[in-house]
Amino acid sequence: MIRYIFKRLVYMIPTLFGMSLIAFLIIQLPPGDYLTSMIASMTQSGQNVDPRQIALLREIYGFDDPIHVQYWKWITGIVTRGDFGHSFEWNRPVSDLIWDRMGGTLTLSIASLLFVWAVSIPIGIYSAVRRHSISDHVFTFFGFLGLAIPNFILALTLMYVSYRFLGQSVGGLYSPEYVGAPMSWGKLLDFLAHLWIPVIVIGTAGTAKLIRILRANLTDELHKPYVVTARAKGLPEYKVVLKYPVRIALNPVVSAIGWVLPELVSGITITAIVLNLPTAGPLLLRALISQDMYLAGSFILLMGVLTLVGMLISDILLALLDPRIRFR
Amino acid sequence: MTEVSAVGEITRVGETAQRPASSDPVLSVEGLSLDFLLRRHILHAVRNVSFTLERGKTLCLVGESGSGKSVTARALMRIVDKPGKITGGKVVLNTDGNPVDVTALPDGSKEILKLRGGKIGLIFQEPMSSLSPVHTIGSQIIEVLRLHRAMSKKEARAETIELLRQVEISNPEEMIDRYTFEFSGGMRQRAMIAMALACDPDILIADEPTTALDVTTQADILGLIKRLQTSRGMALLLITHDLGVVAEVADEVAVMRYGRIVEMGDVDTIFHAPQHPYTKRLLASTVKLEKGRAASQSRPRAETVPILSVRDVTKVYGGAKEWFGKAAFALKAVDSVSFDLHAGENLGIVGESGSGKTTLGRLILRVTEPSEGAIIYRPERGEEVDVRALSKDKLRDFHRQVRLVFQDPFASLNPRMTVKQVIADPLVVSGGMTGKAIEEKVAHLLELVGLDPLAMERYPHAFSGGQRQRIGIARALALDPKIIIADEATSALDGSIRSQILDLLLDIQRQLDLSYIFISHDISTVRYFCDRVAVMHKGKIVELDTAEKICTTPEEAYTKSLISAVPSPDPRNKRMLHRHRFQA
Repeated sequence: MIRYIFKRLVYMIPTLFGMSLIAFLIIQLPPGDYLTSMIASMTQSGQNVDPRQIALLREIYGFDDPIHVQYWKWITGIVTRGDFGHSFEWNRPVSDLIWDRMGGTLTLSIASLLFVWAVSIPIGIYSAVRRHSISDHVFTFFGFLGLAIPNFILALTLMYVSYRFLGQSVGGLYSPEYVGAPMSWGKLLDFLAHLWIPVIVIGTAGTAKLIRILRANLTDELHKPYVVTARAKGLPEYKVVLKYPVRIALNPVVSAIGWVLPELVSGITITAIVLNLPTAGPLLLRALISQDMYLAGSFILLMGVLTLVGMLISDILLALLDPRIRFR
Repeated sequence: MTEVSAVGEITRVGETAQRPASSDPVLSVEGLSLDFLLRRHILHAVRNVSFTLERGKTLCLVGESGSGKSVTARALMRIVDKPGKITGGKVVLNTDGNPVDVTALPDGSKEILKLRGGKIGLIFQEPMSSLSPVHTIGSQIIEVLRLHRAMSKKEARAETIELLRQVEISNPEEMIDRYTFEFSGGMRQRAMIAMALACDPDILIADEPTTALDVTTQADILGLIKRLQTSRGMALLLITHDLGVVAEVADEVAVMRYGRIVEMGDVDTIFHAPQHPYTKRLLASTVKLEKGRAASQSRPRAETVPILSVRDVTKVYGGAKEWFGKAAFALKAVDSVSFDLHAGENLGIVGESGSGKTTLGRLILRVTEPSEGAIIYRPERGEEVDVRALSKDKLRDFHRQVRLVFQDPFASLNPRMTVKQVIADPLVVSGGMTGKAIEEKVAHLLELVGLDPLAMERYPHAFSGGQRQRIGIARALALDPKIIIADEATSALDGSIRSQILDLLLDIQRQLDLSYIFISHDISTVRYFCDRVAVMHKGKIVELDTAEKICTTPEEAYTKSLISAVPSPDPRNKRMLHRHRFQA
């Protein structure tokens, strides 16, 4: 097992290298660079642009170097100094910007992942065992509803409900009075009160998806002979279901962790903008629009890393869960 | 009390002679009926079935698939799947002097849970899928012990090791922590038996326990079940469609058809004086397989040039160097096999699972690339094709003339394609035929395999196992092949349907001048069907001779042990349980 993990980690190195190359190419692809978009917005607002100053900036930022030189500077900075470059727009190191946002993003992501599991696993099992019952149809109906409603509409609705009926301040993760305040019990409670809206909004579609997956898988497994064997042993019905078929039907749930991680960073962008959440998504969007290349590139690279890590985690979990994978 | 009656009534013959009148049945079933409430109609799966089980005795339930055998057996434990419902009758279990009517107990009640596994043990057909793949063998058995016998973890573990030893699993201390996929089929079935016997049940239900196993393993497992039954004094309910097995182990036999027991009696009477026409027919189709080839054997041979010659074909798996130059474990799946196939001949290849017979079939087609050896194909007089040297295009031509029929008629037909599409697929792929011509050809092929040409617009699910296998054969015949490789083509079928398919294949052979390579683990089938038989063991052909010679006077020790393991469908001439054993 340890050897397997080690091997996987070694294999990740060339993949990471390839990804960094692609990430860099992507941010170079759009015509122009940060300065052209800056000039464009400056001329638009009627400001004077001094060509000499632009040339100077170009030299400082190294925009005139050939692409491979630029890449080399960027990647050696990351590998040797952990320096992801400098954000032009924010005028701060990229790593600071990302770290600022990472805490909120991770908390929110993990909270919604747990929400998804807590809701969908019991419902999925129930739907599979009582297939075609009325409650199964009801869950299925709400599942499809959850899949079909666009996240931002759900976000707006919940914001309205919470403002109108619960009298809460909405948007962001904290009430205005706590932003920037040191951590305290009051702040924590306030945080939790704010958390539920984004968690539900982000989790709904995932929950619906997972219920469908689990229901389909479990329906297949429930009629396998080993379930009859378990029943013939004299196990009570709930134990028969939970111990044998559910365990096997959980495999796809676990393998989905792989792409849950990167999706949490980029996938919730729209929701995050609507709800004004301090997560990574809006920052990435802003960076891409203004061609803030080091910031955008680092984000893309980070998402790649998260995908790899997610895949590794899900593979390890799968191996732990299913000996058939472990032994091959 | 002998009463001969119409279909649907029970014919009881020779019942009183067999057992003392005083013995109490441990389980008696009276008029059990079971319905499946389907969407549009009610299916009477079991109708008015009655029988009794006694300690130390074996009752065999015989019948073809779909006759309601398994459902009956499961109903004894009240394991009835959803649309099914027990609608009548009683199942009285009497293990300790207090008779209990199992059908009257409430669903999921403690009494039922106690009875499952505690008083009635169940073994199933598929040892592959009837144990959970993600739990160790040990944990699955320990669970039963802890459930019914209130043992501590440690005691249960020790007991499990003891049980594994009793079912003759070698090295039980180590095997207890293994997973099912690390066991062979026979070992899994042993583990399953250990689980069923864990709580010393009074009744053991074995539902086709050896159908998925090859003959030698089957003989081992049946011998084991028999021994355990005698030593523990259990009642055994054995469900099977193999009359050979019945003749070897049964005391009493109940023949089921369409959910009814049509005839019941002691084994000798059933085999030697059957009353019901269905029993007679079942017996007739079995005995026929035993008797040797009825088909014309007088065709001129020997002077002809073989149509296919296989010389020293070898397949090695693994053995390549690993990353760090360490030579990996190599397995010779097929080890320098040579044989000739003459035009119009049926060559049988028999062997246990893992003997390399299926691999050999794939090597001939080059679906799997042989490691060494030569395969020469002679389609016309004087023409020679070196199969191993063929380019991809030429190989396609070769595949047009040498076709494969698969084992599983359910898995080998695409459920989303109509029969016409399935059969026409090779014609479409090879090109050069218009829609109309294809349709005519498909109709012709369907007639050839004994199906109505009107069936071509239907989907495979509308057909039974035997009919599906006919469709598979029609597909193989679509390109007018010269050789057909039938890989266990009849193994998944019931006895009487099996002989129909074999007769069909022989009939087609007479019309179309085909040669067959017939791969099977079922020796009686091979004897019926083949002119010559090659016996494979561990990748080698140990003996190759006429079918008659192999089956009656084999030379090699291995062949002898294999032949003697075949159950004989005559209770007066039991063979399997006194067989030769082969150590290798």
